[in-house]
Amino acid sequence: MKFLGFIVVCLTGAMLLYGTGEFPDWGDPYSPASLHLSNDYLEKALDQTQVPNIVTAVLADYRGFDTMFETAVIFTAGLACFLLLRDFREKEERFYRHTATGVILHVKDRQKVLLVEREFEYMDKDWVPADLIIKTVCRILIPFIQIYGLYVIAHGDFSPGGGFQGGVILGSSLILLAISYNLKTLVRRVKEKILGIYAAIGVLVYVGIAVLCMLMGGNFLDYSKLAPFVPNDPHHVRALGMLGVEIGVGIAVTAVMVIIYINIVSAGRHDEGL
Amino acid sequence: MHWPIDLIVLTFVIICAIAAITVKDLLATAILFGAYSFMMCLLWAVMGAVDVAFTEASVGAGVSTVFFVAAIFRTSRRTKD
Repeated sequence: MKFLGFIVVCLTGAMLLYGTGEFPDWGDPYSPASLHLSNDYLEKALDQTQVPNIVTAVLADYRGFDTMFETAVIFTAGLACFLLLRDFREKEERFYRHTATGVILHVKDRQKVLLVEREFEYMDKDWVPADLIIKTVCRILIPFIQIYGLYVIAHGDFSPGGGFQGGVILGSSLILLAISYNLKTLVRRVKEKILGIYAAIGVLVYVGIAVLCMLMGGNFLDYSKLAPFVPNDPHHVRALGMLGVEIGVGIAVTAVMVIIYINIVSAGRHDEGL
Repeated sequence: MHWPIDLIVLTFVIICAIAAITVKDLLATAILFGAYSFMMCLLWAVMGAVDVAFTEASVGAGVSTVFFVAAIFRTSRRTKD
């Protein structure tokens, strides 16, 4: 059976390789893809949208409806992770450490709760003493990563990047906090409820801007109708509309990345993990 | 003249892909996937698709590797087959 599978895979691969021979060359100006719409975008995008990065112009303006549902897909991924993995039951076994002496207590009955929280510290089962070097380096590094993420979001229309990439960078800076310290530090700073609300707000910002365009008398996602809101700079209204949309995407992606990480690494308990 | 870079990176992509499905240790597979994504990112950058390269670097090589490692941390590190 394995041998048969190998033959099938080889045959399929050979056919795919044979098929690629018919493809147009890389950057061929006469290929079907660059004969119709591409020229139009390349020639007119800067005049129509005032956005130098044409990829962003296509992604957030010409194909804005597409990107809206991409954001919805990200939101759904976070929601699915939450619904599948989240476990609200208390853990049976707990470990407490006496802070003064370092003696570790193993509590097997969940009804017995230690009330002296100041003297006993709740600890992870697979607890590793955090390294001072890693902690310090990450503490210095995380703000810079976050600034960079914000920069990527804000400069989406001028340079490569945008809401998705910037959101992932922001989210991974929070994940780095959980890895370098422990999961409790992250959960204490970023509440689960807030994460869920932010994920929804991100999608709502996107849809809200789109609906606002409709309320102003334009089509769905027609940013030019938002000109009255930016009286100082009505010429760049499409670029600013895209920026608003990118910010929405960034918020949603940041929150969803953290939700997925916390749920996977703590098996849905949100108490201990990497 | 950047075709040699293309060929070198593509060779590494294929090596990483084959290694990722043959290695028994799942943690090694996750890291190999990260390397694979990074090579793909280089490939996109060579082809001039900088936005795609950026996404591949942040999502493929960065966050998804962390998710794999987190999933391995909660399940098992060895494969049965």
